Amino acid sequence: MKVLTANRLIDGEAVWYAADGWQETIQGAEVVADKDGEARLEAIGAAAYAANQVLDVAVIDVVLADGVIVPTRLRERIRAAGPTNRNDLGKQARSHAASAAA
Amino acid sequence: MYRYDEFDRDFVHARVAEFADQVDRRLSGRITEDQFRPLRLMNGVYLQLHAYMLRVAIPYGTLSSRQMRMLAHIARTYDKGYGHFTTRQNIQFNWPALSDIPAILADLASVEMHAIQTSGNCIRNVTADHFAGAAADEVADPRPYAEILRQWSSVHPEFSYLPRKFKIAVTGAVRDRAAIQVHDIGLHLKKDADGRLGFAVYVGGGQGRTPIIARKIRDFLPEEHLLSYTTAIMRVYNLHGRRDNKYKARIKILVHETGADEFARQVEAEWAALKDGQLTLPDADIRAIEAYFAPPPLVPRPEGDEAVKLARLDSRSFSEWLQQNVVTHRHPDYAAVTISLKGIGEAPGDATDEQMDAVADLAERYAFDEIRVSHEQNLILPHVARADLKAVYDELVRIGLATANSNLITDIIACPGLDYCALANARSIPVAQEISRRFAALDRQRDIGELKLKISGCINACGHHHVGHIGILGVEKKGAELYQITLGGSGDENTSIGEIIGRGFGPDEITDAIETIVETYLALRSAPSERFIDTYRRLGPQPFKEALYAGEVRAA
Repeated sequence: MKVLTANRLIDGEAVWYAADGWQETIQGAEVVADKDGEARLEAIGAAAYAANQVLDVAVIDVVLADGVIVPTRLRERIRAAGPTNRNDLGKQARSHAASAAA
Repeated sequence: MYRYDEFDRDFVHARVAEFADQVDRRLSGRITEDQFRPLRLMNGVYLQLHAYMLRVAIPYGTLSSRQMRMLAHIARTYDKGYGHFTTRQNIQFNWPALSDIPAILADLASVEMHAIQTSGNCIRNVTADHFAGAAADEVADPRPYAEILRQWSSVHPEFSYLPRKFKIAVTGAVRDRAAIQVHDIGLHLKKDADGRLGFAVYVGGGQGRTPIIARKIRDFLPEEHLLSYTTAIMRVYNLHGRRDNKYKARIKILVHETGADEFARQVEAEWAALKDGQLTLPDADIRAIEAYFAPPPLVPRPEGDEAVKLARLDSRSFSEWLQQNVVTHRHPDYAAVTISLKGIGEAPGDATDEQMDAVADLAERYAFDEIRVSHEQNLILPHVARADLKAVYDELVRIGLATANSNLITDIIACPGLDYCALANARSIPVAQEISRRFAALDRQRDIGELKLKISGCINACGHHHVGHIGILGVEKKGAELYQITLGGSGDENTSIGEIIGRGFGPDEITDAIETIVETYLALRSAPSERFIDTYRRLGPQPFKEALYAGEVRAA
């Protein structure tokens, strides 16, 4: 299975493609399971790159674990969460902050 | 310190305006990423895993308090409250928005700083001994020459599109603290028999995927020929460097493939046409640059001896810090202080905005307004009166920067690794943190003695693992992190490249493996004064291999 990811042009933020556009977290990203889906994501990525919305576009491997999207490669897991030595930074900081506030 | 003249100021402000326009055109879609990428790299802007990264140049690692405060301001205002000091004596900010970078560069320009030539195939920030101007063993301050090279190499039209990046380091002492033999050009400032200043010139060193120790191609180059001779080297490289293959494009490959003698002959031939021409440095010009680096007024402070003696009786921790992080100054009433950015369990080289501000305050109050960044990712106060050491120490304790581990096993160099870097294959910081925690006890560290441990998260070797007494290289194997260990590297006047000791170790095994190596050394050293590197050189890899892999050999 695969999802489409990139970094946003204006601020470099790591983003993933979902049905309603680019979002800042990997959960909810559009997951495809076949070649046609992959080709469609690649086309969307190429168009977004050409439209100067994003850069470093890549279609990456993921698995679904109990409905949670988990990238196969450590590199992509770190992109989706943030630096492993600082859970107050990156995407993980948001859930961290949210759970701390709850 | 060097201060910008009108030309420098106009040049840097013009560049800020130019890049602001380029960013504006990029954000509005008038130029593509392919067009923009080389422009942003020329201004130190990379894209990493989570965000853009801005690398700011700190020429030869020298900063004023005002400049350090500006770095703190940038960390606080545009980033996430910290910066990462690098092995090129620079600083990197890990989270800036592209849209903020013109404002950051304008702020930097206001304190005579910039990010020019911190990336790209050009001459990068010229590094120097971090104790320059303070070291007791120095022939002369290397920084005036680093500054002359900086001025000459900044947007040099002939050398802005080299086959590959190019790094120069200068030391002014026999004891090499600038790792000159693993640089594209290494310059050792010295005096000849007549007392004239000049350089031993080393060429073709480097780390990365093909580590090579530089070759000395000239034993003494009189100082006035610095630029003509360097130009000759650059021309030979620019002409013959391998532009066909990125991995063979560094000058080290050219020197290696050509042979150092033949390479030197080509340089000398090129130099014959340049020598005594317009690149010859007039003595008045050298001395004028030198004047910028005139030592501060080190007034006698003879009360220091007594003050230090009393403070040591009063505080064991101060005494330990003094022994470990304070080095002899050429003036007997003064000392050079290493501020460790390697707190136990911390990310090597990181400093918060508050710490940067506090170090700036300390430098202003006690150290003649001068701060250095070392290539080992620490900060230095080069001129502190011994009488003020206790006050400096107390403030460092308050801001969490008093770790007494300079040159010990927890004084680890580590690149950002896979936690940040788009090129990395494995993480570096968590490995450094775990080793640091394992060896946290200062008594144990001091018993082990000088031990340079360096970690890179990929073959590009930003963490200098090839010249670590113990080097760790992170690789990706079958989708998992694996750490190869090299032993016997050294980045000083006796430079050596570490040798791979055997199969690599997983993230859960690497700290144990390091501990096994250290325990093996402790058992084998001839005396506590025999350093790890000396024991390794005496005995070779075999005892360490046996300690690490004996069980496997028997099983096989």
